[in-house]
Amino acid sequence: MFLAAFTSPLLAAATPPAHAAARVWMTIGTYEIRTDDLWIIATAICCAVACGLVGCFLVLRRMSLLGDAISHAILPGLAIAFLLTGSRDPLAMLAGALVVGVLTAFLSTGLHKLGRVPEDAAMGVVFTTLFAIGVILVTVAARNIDLDPGCVLYGLIETTPFDTVSFLGLTLPRAFVWLAVVLLVNAGLITLFYKELKIVCFDPYLATTMGISAVAVHYGLMTAVAATAVASFESVGSILVVAMLVAPGATAQLLTDRLRSMLLVAALVAALSAIVGYIFALIFDTSVAGMIASAALVIFIAAALLAPRHGFFPRRTRQLRLSLRIVQEDILGLLFRWHEQVSAMPTTSAVPLSRADLLRATRAGWLGTVAIALLTTQRHVLKVAGGGLVLSPDGQQTAAAVIRGHRLWESFLARHFGVAESRLHAMANRAEHYLGSGLQERLGKSLHAESGPDASVQDPHGRSIPPSSPPSQPPSR
Amino acid sequence: MDGFLRLITLQDSSTRTVLVGTVILGIAAAIVGTFAVLRRRALVGDAAAHAALPGTCVAFFVVGDRSFAGFMLGALLFALLAAAFVAFVKSATRVKEDAAIGLAIGGFFGFGIVLSRIIQRHPTGNKAGLDSFIFGKAASMIESDVRLIAIVAAIVVAVVLLLYKEFTLLCFDRDFAQSQGWPATALDLILMTLICGCTVIGLPAVGVVLVVSMLVLPPVAARFWSDRLSTVVILSAIFGALAAFLGTAISATAPVPGIAGFSNSGWPTGPIITIVSASIFILSMLIAPRRGVLAAGLRAFLLRRRIGLQNLLRSVYEHLEPGGDLGRPWAIGAAGEHSAAAPRAHRAGLITTNQDGRFQLTHAGQQAASELVRVHRLWELFLIEQAAIAPDHVDRDADQIEHLLPAAVLAELEERLQQTGRMPIGPSVVPTSPHPTMGPR
Repeated sequence: MFLAAFTSPLLAAATPPAHAAARVWMTIGTYEIRTDDLWIIATAICCAVACGLVGCFLVLRRMSLLGDAISHAILPGLAIAFLLTGSRDPLAMLAGALVVGVLTAFLSTGLHKLGRVPEDAAMGVVFTTLFAIGVILVTVAARNIDLDPGCVLYGLIETTPFDTVSFLGLTLPRAFVWLAVVLLVNAGLITLFYKELKIVCFDPYLATTMGISAVAVHYGLMTAVAATAVASFESVGSILVVAMLVAPGATAQLLTDRLRSMLLVAALVAALSAIVGYIFALIFDTSVAGMIASAALVIFIAAALLAPRHGFFPRRTRQLRLSLRIVQEDILGLLFRWHEQVSAMPTTSAVPLSRADLLRATRAGWLGTVAIALLTTQRHVLKVAGGGLVLSPDGQQTAAAVIRGHRLWESFLARHFGVAESRLHAMANRAEHYLGSGLQERLGKSLHAESGPDASVQDPHGRSIPPSSPPSQPPSR
Repeated sequence: MDGFLRLITLQDSSTRTVLVGTVILGIAAAIVGTFAVLRRRALVGDAAAHAALPGTCVAFFVVGDRSFAGFMLGALLFALLAAAFVAFVKSATRVKEDAAIGLAIGGFFGFGIVLSRIIQRHPTGNKAGLDSFIFGKAASMIESDVRLIAIVAAIVVAVVLLLYKEFTLLCFDRDFAQSQGWPATALDLILMTLICGCTVIGLPAVGVVLVVSMLVLPPVAARFWSDRLSTVVILSAIFGALAAFLGTAISATAPVPGIAGFSNSGWPTGPIITIVSASIFILSMLIAPRRGVLAAGLRAFLLRRRIGLQNLLRSVYEHLEPGGDLGRPWAIGAAGEHSAAAPRAHRAGLITTNQDGRFQLTHAGQQAASELVRVHRLWELFLIEQAAIAPDHVDRDADQIEHLLPAAVLAELEERLQQTGRMPIGPSVVPTSPHPTMGPR
């Protein structure tokens, strides 16, 4: 089985032996997808999904780099197993790699606790040292076999269809069988220990108090990671296992908030990376494993930018819209107060506020310009002769609602919390944008009940609180 | 063996170049690595190293095969790209930094494999390039390569020394630095660039995976020897240079078994440097005087013994106190004392065994015991008064602290208790215990 990993990559350039009935399943452009290709894709999917499922828990527990460390440190495990047994017995190799994998986790934690080395540095120390030992051992082992260590790192999935076993009467690629088994075992273990994994992931101390050994789950997870990495690296190499351990889980983290759906999304993303990766590798005639990892990265970047709730652009858009609303309400509030002043002193001639005045007062910059433009288009704000801006009747209503919230909150803060008068305005300025009509009603009632009718009609500065208006009429009146 | 001696006295011209190169690299990486480790950025260096592969491939497409400087530049650009990617993911999404680094490592390296496989089919591309990228090829470093490495390393060290104070502040208290008006983000970016630069020049010498070891191992080894940053930086540079020197020398002269897979002569340099560095680290961890594991273990052991002895004296005192006679013998174990400390108490002349086989406090033992109990009860009083702990809780706290009280604090306590009228007059008087002490606890 590991013959593929230890053979010169000249094999990759060699033409595959002719297969009887190499049926063409579909054609993409000038490229034909044959049975061999399907086997490779199936193997890649099994590998990717197996890694992705286990990787979800690594990502959640902030242990992604442990996956990286384990896949590097596996090299000495394999070399030791090979040197000890003198053969390429796959089970011996698996055992050797497992031992080293768990040892990596153990040593990193030990260094961190005992030597007080920072956690990431501890991992760096452990895996580089183990990898160095591995390279030395592999140099020694190179005496007996034509060893190409590069292949150990990036695998040789292209040769999968040619290394077959007989399984249940069918002739199947060995790598596929191996990885399918690993996938089923991983999926089975996750299903069986779902509750324990979930608790230990999110609250290890609670798990311990409930009698679930967080340590056991931790090392169980590490063993699963090591086993998956060992099984996978024949196909995609040990360094690229890192990509498949982290990328599907990280992508799923951006697309969903629940653990169950995270696992599902991770599996789908992993499978998609495998398929897309293979197709592009076919088109560009290059490394399949590398393409799968690149595809996984690209899918992650797409999710990071575009995911509906957690993606960068949707979040920025939501933030901008919120900022815009806040600026609009601030402007309405300023105009309302101006109108109030004017009606309080009807004899003096009042100069309407200009655009520049409003922008200066709200310090909103370009956002303010957009806000004013929107308000003007929505007919909440009207231009008057001389370049000033005033509120329309609709605008008056909307502004009144905002100011009502502001002054109710001031009243509430002053009477219930004894907040000093000088601080009321700033606090209410922030709260006014979040006090909808429902809350305002409750505030009004509460103030009225506890502090008397005045409290819900007049704010602590002596200004009157606008009454709540009936729902605004449609504009076509 | 004389090959080794020739080498380390720099008489061998072919290896002299390599030695100089790796040592300069070791020093620069160790210095930058100190700040990287402090800033928890050590493994971003790993991401940068892996990302350098697509960079060198792109450089190959752009400038062709023979330009070492071109490769380095391409590698640096992609390393910076990876670092920027990690920073972006960490700040703009809910994905955490470790996952971002893992993504960068796997994704960028995978892309690099894709490009390098394409290059292999290219008429002028060669396969050996990838192997030397992964494992390093220090033995085939030529003088012009070393010159470039030396220049970059010198620039890196110069920048670190220039911005030493700023980096120190950045590593220990970033928020304070920002509040004082220092451009913390710019400094962070400069540090990242230095890390990427060191990573990239380290690649030809030790390869992708082990370049991190040159950044991380010397500083964590040096950390065991000192708490002062300047000492750690200097020591880490020394360790880095030593590891590089010895590693290169050993890899060039140690006998190689049969066919070597990937270097022209001797062992691969990178792993040997790493192993030497790791040995220095393990040695430091064990034997460093204050922070070393053995020293800490010894300190803990001695403290436990001291506490054991003092607890024995205190149990005995409280057992004998109601009788009023501290010289009274008691049956072994009757005072509720731990027998483990008894032989030591004997040796210290604090206890004797009389003819009936019972223990008895000597004069020295009585003095020591009453002094201990006085200290204990003073502290108990203080804790009750000042820290409002319920009287039956006091015993446990005082137990820990009484062994750590220096004389100056004691005197101050006594004076304060005297002022509040709670302390019985006279230094030799033992205040009564605020909780019942009869019998074993």
